[in-house]
Amino acid sequence: MIFGTEELAHLEMVGTIVHQLTKNASIEEIEAAGLGAYYTDHGVDVYPQSAAGMPFSASVLACKGDAIANLQEDLAAEQKARATYEKLIDLCRDNPDVVDPLKFLREREIVHFQRFGEALRGVQDKLAEKKFYMNCDNMNTNMYK
Amino acid sequence: MQEEDNRNCGCMYNMMNTNYTSNSNNDMSDCECDKFNQTREEMMERIKCLNFAIIELGLYLDTHVDDERAICLHRKYCKEYRELTDKYQKIYGPLTIHFPCNKWRWIEEPWPWERGNF
Repeated sequence: MIFGTEELAHLEMVGTIVHQLTKNASIEEIEAAGLGAYYTDHGVDVYPQSAAGMPFSASVLACKGDAIANLQEDLAAEQKARATYEKLIDLCRDNPDVVDPLKFLREREIVHFQRFGEALRGVQDKLAEKKFYMNCDNMNTNMYK
Repeated sequence: MQEEDNRNCGCMYNMMNTNYTSNSNNDMSDCECDKFNQTREEMMERIKCLNFAIIELGLYLDTHVDDERAICLHRKYCKEYRELTDKYQKIYGPLTIHFPCNKWRWIEEPWPWERGNF
């Protein structure tokens, strides 16, 4: 949950970058930047969609009701986000005002990956522990004898 | 350095340095004297640093619940954060909507994406 909250803050940062880059842009500039289709659908509002124009959908997320599967999903999501930020940094390499926050965001994905990795290790260690079973009925009977 | 840290919070760990304070003494945790002359920008910078450190320590502690040094640092930064945000908000208005004020100042400042809040 705490990761999700931070990721929503990251969405605000990315949205802010988009807002500031498109603010006061002329129609000619918007067209030249390849944003003509985006402008047609959304104007200069910030709309949650992939770089290829696919609107955000919860179908890209998974909750399997299984700690191992969920944590592997989380780990993969952090790596996908890191890789995305690296591609954006490549594309924006001439603009330090854009690259610096992207580098910060990339670092956060790595930190989250580390923490999720530790959580996964914790779950695996717990599952690997030798199990002890106690018969509570017998225990109670013996206690009150 | 270690002695100072021990005295302040019982640990030997000092993650954040004193770049944002005018006092040349490296020990910044319990010293009030270096906080009086901070500008608004310096206060906000410090608040952001503390906020980030608290979140980061929180993530770390979730998987290292027995780390005394981290718990100690978390406590120390929470204390300073509480004091500094309280002071900031009394002078400059609310940082979050949870801070009460007689006059509605929440919408006075530009939003972060309007390049407000420094």
